[in-house]
Amino acid sequence: MPRRNDISSILVIGSGPIVIGQACEFDYSGTQACRILRNEGYRVILANSNPATIMTDPDFADRTYIEPLTAETLEAIIEKESPDAILPTLGGQTALNLAMELEERGTLAKHGIELIGARAEAIRTAEIRDEFKKAMQDIGLSVPQSGFAYGVDEAMELAEGIGYPIMIRPSFILGGAGTGIAADREELRQLAAEGIAASPRGEILVEQSIAGWKEYELEVMRDHADNCVIICSIENFDPMGVHTGDSITVAPAQTLSDIEYQEMRNAAFACLRRIGVDTGGSNVQFAVNPENGEMVVIEMNPRVSRSSALASKATGFPIAKIAARLAVGYTLDEIVNDITGETPASFEPSIDYVVTKIPRWAFEKFPESRDTLSSRMQSVGEVMAIGRTFPESLQKGLRSLEQGRFGLNCDPSEAAYDKLSDDELVRAAATATPARVFQLEAALRRGIDVDRLAEASRVDPWFLDQMLAITEARAELAKTTATEMSPSQWKRTKQLGFSDAQLSYVWGAAVSEVRTARQRAGIVPTYKTVDTCGAEFAANTPYHYSTWEDEDEVLRTEAKKVIILGSGPNRIGQGVEFDYCCVHASFALRDAGFETVMINCNPETVSTDYDTSSRLYFEPLTEEDVLNVIEAEQRFGNLVGVIVSLGGQTPLKLANALPNELILGTSADAIDKAEDRKHWSAICSDLGIKQPAGATVTNIDEAREVVANIGYPALVRPSYVLGGRAMRIVYQEADLVEAMSHLSEALAKEGGITESRPVLIDSFLEDAIEVDVDALRDATGEFVIGGVMEHVQEAGVHSGDSACATPPPTLVAPVQEQLTAHTRAIADALDVRGLINVQFGIRGEQVFVIEANPRASRTVPFICKATGVTLAKAAARIQAGATIAELRTEGVLQEPNIGGHISIKEAVLPFDRFPNADTLLGPEMRSTGEVMGIDTSFGSAFAKAQTAARKKLPNEGTVFFGLADRDKAAGLGAAYAFATLGFELVATAGTAAFFEEAGLEVAKTINKVGEHEGTNVIEMLEQGEIALVINTPQGGPGPYADGAHIRTAASRLGVVCLTTVPSARAAATGIKAQQEGRLTVTSLQELHATDQQRLAL
Amino acid sequence: MNSRPSAHLVLANGEIFAGEAIGACAPVSTGEVVFNTVMTGYQEVLTDPSYAGQIITFTYPHIGNYGIAEEDFESSRPYCNGVIVRDLARRPSNWRSNKDLDTFLRDNNVSGICGIDTRRLTRIIRNTGAMPAAFGTASVEDLQAAAAKAIGTDGCDLAREVTTKESYTVGDGPFRVVAYDYGIKRTILRNLSQIATVEVVPADTPAQDVLAKNPDGVFLSNGPGDPSAVTGAPETIREFIGKVPVFGICLGHQLLAEAIGGKTFKLPFGHHGGNHPVRNIARQSVEITSQNHNYAVSPDDLPDATVTHISLNDKTVQGLRLNNAPAFSVQYHPEAGPGPHDARYLFKEFEQMMQQHRAQHTSAQSLTESNN
Ligand SMILES: Nc1ncnc2c1ncn2[C@@H]1O[C@H](COP(=O)(O)OP(=O)(O)O)[C@@H](O)[C@H]1O
Ligand SMILES: Nc1ncnc2c1ncn2[C@@H]1O[C@H](COP(=O)(O)OP(=O)(O)O)[C@@H](O)[C@H]1O
Ligand SMILES: [Mg+2]
Ligand SMILES: [Mg+2]
Repeated sequence: MPRRNDISSILVIGSGPIVIGQACEFDYSGTQACRILRNEGYRVILANSNPATIMTDPDFADRTYIEPLTAETLEAIIEKESPDAILPTLGGQTALNLAMELEERGTLAKHGIELIGARAEAIRTAEIRDEFKKAMQDIGLSVPQSGFAYGVDEAMELAEGIGYPIMIRPSFILGGAGTGIAADREELRQLAAEGIAASPRGEILVEQSIAGWKEYELEVMRDHADNCVIICSIENFDPMGVHTGDSITVAPAQTLSDIEYQEMRNAAFACLRRIGVDTGGSNVQFAVNPENGEMVVIEMNPRVSRSSALASKATGFPIAKIAARLAVGYTLDEIVNDITGETPASFEPSIDYVVTKIPRWAFEKFPESRDTLSSRMQSVGEVMAIGRTFPESLQKGLRSLEQGRFGLNCDPSEAAYDKLSDDELVRAAATATPARVFQLEAALRRGIDVDRLAEASRVDPWFLDQMLAITEARAELAKTTATEMSPSQWKRTKQLGFSDAQLSYVWGAAVSEVRTARQRAGIVPTYKTVDTCGAEFAANTPYHYSTWEDEDEVLRTEAKKVIILGSGPNRIGQGVEFDYCCVHASFALRDAGFETVMINCNPETVSTDYDTSSRLYFEPLTEEDVLNVIEAEQRFGNLVGVIVSLGGQTPLKLANALPNELILGTSADAIDKAEDRKHWSAICSDLGIKQPAGATVTNIDEAREVVANIGYPALVRPSYVLGGRAMRIVYQEADLVEAMSHLSEALAKEGGITESRPVLIDSFLEDAIEVDVDALRDATGEFVIGGVMEHVQEAGVHSGDSACATPPPTLVAPVQEQLTAHTRAIADALDVRGLINVQFGIRGEQVFVIEANPRASRTVPFICKATGVTLAKAAARIQAGATIAELRTEGVLQEPNIGGHISIKEAVLPFDRFPNADTLLGPEMRSTGEVMGIDTSFGSAFAKAQTAARKKLPNEGTVFFGLADRDKAAGLGAAYAFATLGFELVATAGTAAFFEEAGLEVAKTINKVGEHEGTNVIEMLEQGEIALVINTPQGGPGPYADGAHIRTAASRLGVVCLTTVPSARAAATGIKAQQEGRLTVTSLQELHATDQQRLAL
Repeated sequence: MNSRPSAHLVLANGEIFAGEAIGACAPVSTGEVVFNTVMTGYQEVLTDPSYAGQIITFTYPHIGNYGIAEEDFESSRPYCNGVIVRDLARRPSNWRSNKDLDTFLRDNNVSGICGIDTRRLTRIIRNTGAMPAAFGTASVEDLQAAAAKAIGTDGCDLAREVTTKESYTVGDGPFRVVAYDYGIKRTILRNLSQIATVEVVPADTPAQDVLAKNPDGVFLSNGPGDPSAVTGAPETIREFIGKVPVFGICLGHQLLAEAIGGKTFKLPFGHHGGNHPVRNIARQSVEITSQNHNYAVSPDDLPDATVTHISLNDKTVQGLRLNNAPAFSVQYHPEAGPGPHDARYLFKEFEQMMQQHRAQHTSAQSLTESNN
């Protein structure tokens, strides 16, 4: 049956901010879906609170609502737009849960809206763990023994019947939130409570633990004619007990015979049919007992998932795209396989390579948390690598992580395992951590046998033996040298995935020598094609990966080509925003007649969709891999240049290693000047722009000397990092010593502190307003401001963690003029061609420059959504030679729309995943994502942004104040505001005294945590007596300072906690707006319509 | 890091590939190179008699990962002339495995070659068609000479070579089926024996001998090579049409078509994989099927038959049913082994056909009896 004509408008729900467990894979699936539905002629209405995404670009929908993802907001959108249907299966768990909420509230029935993709009943059966189990038993599939509980005691009782260890699994969760394995009663008591809290319905499954079994996933598609296909099978390297999102995973499954595989395939289909997923992609997880092949079903997700994004990239089969078509009536056989252009989508991809996905974690940002992996997902991003064999893809994947590793060890970092005894090493490898794969190799290298390691780690011996092949090859390599290698030895070595950097380590030779020797031996990579069919049919899709074989498949073309370097794995500090910029660059340059070539290794993104660019190379973003692609593209045609400034710090760091003449836009030299402290200071002083006093140092003595000059507090940080990595504010000598030693440790992996990578020490600007400016400049020197963003939190809170508003609400004209003039002067001095981002600290009317980045910044997509100006597109065009004047004429560079509304960006932090972490904001960025609130006043925009960030401000109740001495005076204003809004105030003794002295009534004075008499704040929090916590740090940050306990408790209990006075003031304004206002929703199309368009709307 | 002897593969068109010898490591092996895109099921493929005379290239690079478990075999031994892989597993891992693939090949005197750019090879075969070739540890010159002399499977009656010498019986289902063995796979027998007591007979068994057994159905098996070279089969099969229900798979399907006057032709590079979509025309549904054939039935000249299944990839005939007699056949492998189980319902259909036939037959018989 073809397209459904009985529906004409569809509401697509996005997944909201990037959080752990739900990242930009849903931007990829949502973007695909919106595109397809529009091409099919439907009116697409999109709701998503995340401004950094590509899907929220006004081009992808008829109406784009960047509004909080709550049932209330969706109802307002529904009232306004009257969609015929809602597609909830492409926006992750968030969209699915919202759809259920709308159904249960009767909204769908009231407005006659149909859920397409999955019916409510199917979602319920899949998501309510107990119903799912029963359904599986109905159709004869095994599940681990279990029971279902709503309370801790009930859970304890069930556990007695099942036996320890016990697995706890809440319903309707994502990323394993609230899951865990309890070894005994004690642990169960705590885990059960956490699980019940994590489930939106307070229900948990109490299950027999089968940790250590093998874990598999099948990605399945079904159409409404009941045609079912498997798109991809995935085998986890890490056994059951480690969340799939935190496991190294491999596609296709490696150790299942056909008999076992077909049994799993049949079970997956039976599962989909029983649950009643009518159309679309789903994923079914299985566990297999390696001793006897017993297979059980773990869960199924009736929607596209992180794994389906991976499966799409791994096979070339675009699951989300097809799922969107199926949802509107098509059957699989009616859809053509894009890749072959001839055969239908009703088939099962066959692949002739191995795909390895490796997660990337951010434990270094949460030093209070242990880096042990469990059934709760903690990774913030992932890489995927394609190789012809598992060793090749594993090594490519490990070097794609950009964590200073050259591959599977064989690099300086491997020394970390040297000091462990054999037993210690085996014991270490028995626990899943980010280091485990390296520990296993280190153990193999010592001759510890595969069986012992398999037994300890429960990693399948096949994987270990494949790793052993790498280890054995390395031992051989150590016996030879770069110049003695025969061509066939070279080839075999490279086929095992060894990077030139690893070889340089083995041979103690420079990487360039290795490269030269290799090329002299005639060994260069070949590029093969991802074609869904194992070469059975001709493929036209230019989706390539490197390997070391006989034949190259890349076609020669004559058009002018531009390579765009992507941003690699998502991490804190570098997320979907940069993918947005790269994708926009690709679109803009294609529109302008260039062929675009994307290089990236992140499977979650839109940039690695095979039809985003003219060509896609799924490759690690390392010097060697990028140079190889550049050389290949030069062989295959006319390469104009490489764009390094849109993918964040990853490509920027490579700029120096690439041929200078190929860097498009701002030169590598200028990039260096902005990063290099000495040059940068010289530029500022030449231009007469104030900078916080400071200098670079390489050791503690130099550091002491510098601080003696500039005074405390000071800011200490490494150069060349993003997201304020390892940045500290030091208030006294002890802090300084601590910070320096912490830095040398933290940077050890990346080469340590050196002359070329020194530590920067600056005087810390206290109580300064921080401002971000994004601007464009072209080769003729023409300059335009893209946007000015005033931060809500003062300088010292990383710009990525701070809320910010545009247009700036409080900056006076003389300050704004200085900001423009300074930005322009800096852009001129660096001869910027494209984007530049400058951060300022402002005290009164004094403007200090904090840093300048001659590249796209995190805020570019936010500015585009706030002003309607497509900055990234314009930047790409400028880099390829266009002028601002030309772009204005073409309409690529629009007039900014800055009147009549205010836009607020709010950061979303992952503290729920790191329960021990202090929630205090500081100069080290820890947010994973962001949301946007748009409204006519600061207050309502701020309130929306808080709601969207899942920190909805309370309209009434009790506010707790605990202010540091230096914040007391400033905090008084905020306290007044809350009192006026009808809140009851409670405060710690000092704060209460201060307030009362100023004539403010404090209902209760609260004890500090350690004190025994009277009510303590944590108890009050636990009793639900506090609606909002305002707690600013006392002096320096210490993890177990008193305030830390309060903040951590608030975070654990889901009470909004504000850690700065400006946030408190903003919250009061927001609450006021909330109390007064009716909820209004506005689409970007309405917001940025030209007068002409407005008439048509 | 390299202990295997080096070896080469030389195609009839002169292309040379360097690799390493595995299995029996013969100096020279020849055959027709075909590829198969299954990602699981190498044991089933290697022991499928339909591959007689062929050298099997696996497009999936890691082969041998889960070792060897005899119960997964499709016949008692491999019939192929060789195997080409990118990477042979050094250490298999699966609880059922009791041997590694290399040892299995050596034990069965089959040679192979690994370390080959199998994707390049597949792309060549895709463009030029299945091709004679030679491989082994011999010198490139010797292999070139052997490749030039190597023959394809056109015109070879390979079924004669792989068929059983003696008839034998398997299963104890309620119906009685005679299965012509042109290279029958065990999974077919397993499926048939669930519905019937199956007597497997040699490919050249005369029709009268079979009819004399008064079976409920005749099954025509899969098998290797060129259908037009299977001497006498169409004539024999013609004898059954209308008298007894007939079900054919793969080569059996082609022979049934020839028996009713249809024609077969050689496909450019055949269908060899476990992911081929087929439309069941009557049900309007899609089945993902396991396929392994180089020849196909031409849709023209099929008197008194209806095409029931077509390939969604290249629209070739994948199934047919006679209009006036209880007989049907499919080009693909509903039994799978290896591959998806989507089409196993066809064995049920055969059962129903036999049921109906028996009912009619006994009522006709009782009619004649009562007339007597
Ligand atoms: N019974 C169990 N025993 C041991 N580990 C389990 C069990 N059930 C699930 N797990 C592990 O927990 C992880 C998360 O559980 P899952 O239900 O898949 O959560 P989510 O819905 O977040 O994906 C799984 O990937 C698996 O490794
Ligand atoms: N001298 C300073 N005084 C006060 N705050 C500062 C100073 N320098 C940096 N910061 C704060 O630290 C944050 C991160 O510093 P920045 O130089 O922007 O590093 P990154 O390159 O990681 O963005 C800024 O957003 C700002 O809040
Ligand atoms: Mg899961
Ligand atoms: Mg910054």
